Amino acid sequence: MNSNEKRQQDNKKLGLKLLWIVGAALLFGFALVPLYNVLCTVTGLNGKTNATADVTSNKVDVTRWVTVEFTSNVMPGLGWNFYPEQPSVRVHPGQIETVNFVAKNNTNETVAGQAVPSVSPGLASPYFKKIECFCFKRQELKAGETKLMPLRFYVSTDLPNDVKAVTLSYAFYNAVKPAN
Amino acid sequence: MSSTTAAHHDEHHDHPTGIMRWLTTTNHKDIGTLYLTFSLIMFLVGGAMILAVRAELFQPGLQLMKPEFYNQLIGVHALVMIFAALMPAATGFANWMLPLQIGAPDMALPRLNNWGFWLLPPAAILLTLPFTLALFGIGDGAIATGWTFYTPLSIQGGIGVDFAIFSVHLLGISSVLGSINVIVTILNMRAPGMTLMKMPMFAWGWLVTAFLLIATIPVLAGAVTMLLTDRHFGTHFFDAAGGGDPILFQHLFWFFGHPEVYIVLLPVWGFMPQILQTFSRKPMYGYKAQVVSLWAIGALALVVWAHHFFTVGMPVPALLYFMYSTMAISLPLAVLFFCWIATIWKGSLSFETPMLFATGWIVLFGIGGLTGLVLADVAADAQYHHSYFVVAHFHYTLFAGGMMGVMSGVYYWLPKMTGHMFSERLGKLHFWLTAISFNLTFIPQFFLGLAGMPRRIPDYALQFTEFNMISTVAAFVLGFSQLIFVYNIVSCVRGGKKATDRVWEGAEGLEWTLPSPPPYHSFTEQPIVK
Repeated sequence: MNSNEKRQQDNKKLGLKLLWIVGAALLFGFALVPLYNVLCTVTGLNGKTNATADVTSNKVDVTRWVTVEFTSNVMPGLGWNFYPEQPSVRVHPGQIETVNFVAKNNTNETVAGQAVPSVSPGLASPYFKKIECFCFKRQELKAGETKLMPLRFYVSTDLPNDVKAVTLSYAFYNAVKPAN
Repeated sequence: MSSTTAAHHDEHHDHPTGIMRWLTTTNHKDIGTLYLTFSLIMFLVGGAMILAVRAELFQPGLQLMKPEFYNQLIGVHALVMIFAALMPAATGFANWMLPLQIGAPDMALPRLNNWGFWLLPPAAILLTLPFTLALFGIGDGAIATGWTFYTPLSIQGGIGVDFAIFSVHLLGISSVLGSINVIVTILNMRAPGMTLMKMPMFAWGWLVTAFLLIATIPVLAGAVTMLLTDRHFGTHFFDAAGGGDPILFQHLFWFFGHPEVYIVLLPVWGFMPQILQTFSRKPMYGYKAQVVSLWAIGALALVVWAHHFFTVGMPVPALLYFMYSTMAISLPLAVLFFCWIATIWKGSLSFETPMLFATGWIVLFGIGGLTGLVLADVAADAQYHHSYFVVAHFHYTLFAGGMMGVMSGVYYWLPKMTGHMFSERLGKLHFWLTAISFNLTFIPQFFLGLAGMPRRIPDYALQFTEFNMISTVAAFVLGFSQLIFVYNIVSCVRGGKKATDRVWEGAEGLEWTLPSPPPYHSFTEQPIVK
């Protein structure tokens, strides 16, 4: 009788202890969200660089050329046109360049959008430095408005030699979730 | 009341009868029976779904269904087979056999046990209800993303996704409760004298499984919860518009999803050596090596998840890490394979139905393992990813390695559970039909995959027709031969030749010291193990 009751209590205790592992695993799952972002930003994996670069100590390497290509996508739910003024530019590493993207709101209401950049090859993304970019914050367009959206960037001189072309892709999203 | 009088009293079956017996039961054998019955029913439901899919794939073009419905069928088929057929089968065996094998009177936490089971039927209903709702014009059917819930598709999906999310929550709670129960039972309830290293291998397999479950199911629960809030409450965990990342979902999902493979297989790896030694009439080879390998595989399973999406655009160092760590799993797995083969090596083999399934299982699961090595190779995977090669590979591991293993276990323990022998003739017929039609179903899919046929598409190019026809015909033979299995089980439950206590000549272990069927309450006085 006594040993039975004691065993039942032992069982309950161990069961509750195991619940802590379950709780820790649940927390770990949610902790992976910031951890994943930190890992991507620190290592520049996945083309995830959206930090403002500084312009200090900018040497230009005139012996090399890098082609920077631009692609643009408007995601479903955003009634805009969005495209780069030129499909690509050739730059020297270190040389600061400005290009313009054109965005036009085709709807008859004010819409906010957010551009999300991605660089490929992913390994080149830490070397792609944006000084000024429309993707740093939300952009608002009034009904029918057209806007030039500038991007100032340079490609770092540390870019590995075998990379001859870098593609910068923008996906423009509706910044307000549509109600459905 | 002392424990001995309680035991005496209980022999008069002091429990409610009829439906209330099953609803309120805390008896490990009753709950085990419930789990196994539920698993068998859902196995047939999931099978019926995929037969509809195979019928559609019999020839190119769309004949029977719309692509949307096809997508729903393949996703729900996978969820049903994994969460409602394979996992409950393993838990059913754990409930029935663990207490008997380790000499315990019952599972450690009987009420929790009851809860663990009765969460399953509502979960299964939630998962499949959207099919029915769609008939009445509510929603657009069940989840159509495949079983992986990949974002952004799952963010855009209909109410089927929400139903599947809640279903996964319930299934997850059920498995976590079941796992806690198994761990506590194994650690606290063993018969006096049964040290950890004297435990039956099945207990080891389940112990590793249970730890994997409580470490990974909460991550899945978290991931689908984030998906839910992304869908309805304006968060942006996986929504790029708000700074989230759809790839994050793949990491979260497969952090659970890869261990899940071993969660399904480890219990089978536990009881298979016991079946092999029974019908080889010699002791299990390499007990210690097997225990160490089970833990090694359990540990490695947690750190290899990204090999499921090599093509997503990971940097080379990450690719290499996940490739090497994945291939490293084949080392402990090879140790297990050699132990299994060495167990039957030069034994006095006899091929009763459980042994037929067990030996067939070694060969077919071996093919599943080896084709997995091909997919683990980053360079090769770029070609095979998302092709029918993958489909064939994981059916060799999950159907042959998982389900045929479970069938072997069913035939092995059914006489013990029911007290009757099943029909050997029908059992053997079931084995040969299953083994042959299984191979005819999936070998063509290897070739289809190598030839470039993508998975999850209801239509295909003309040159794939012949292989798909063979695969479909064989799949129907495979599906309908499972009715022999059902018939054999049902008639064995209803009657048949009386089974002896030991059932099989070479059977070793505490469960065989009890009568067949064992009394409702067994081992109320624990046996002493020397």
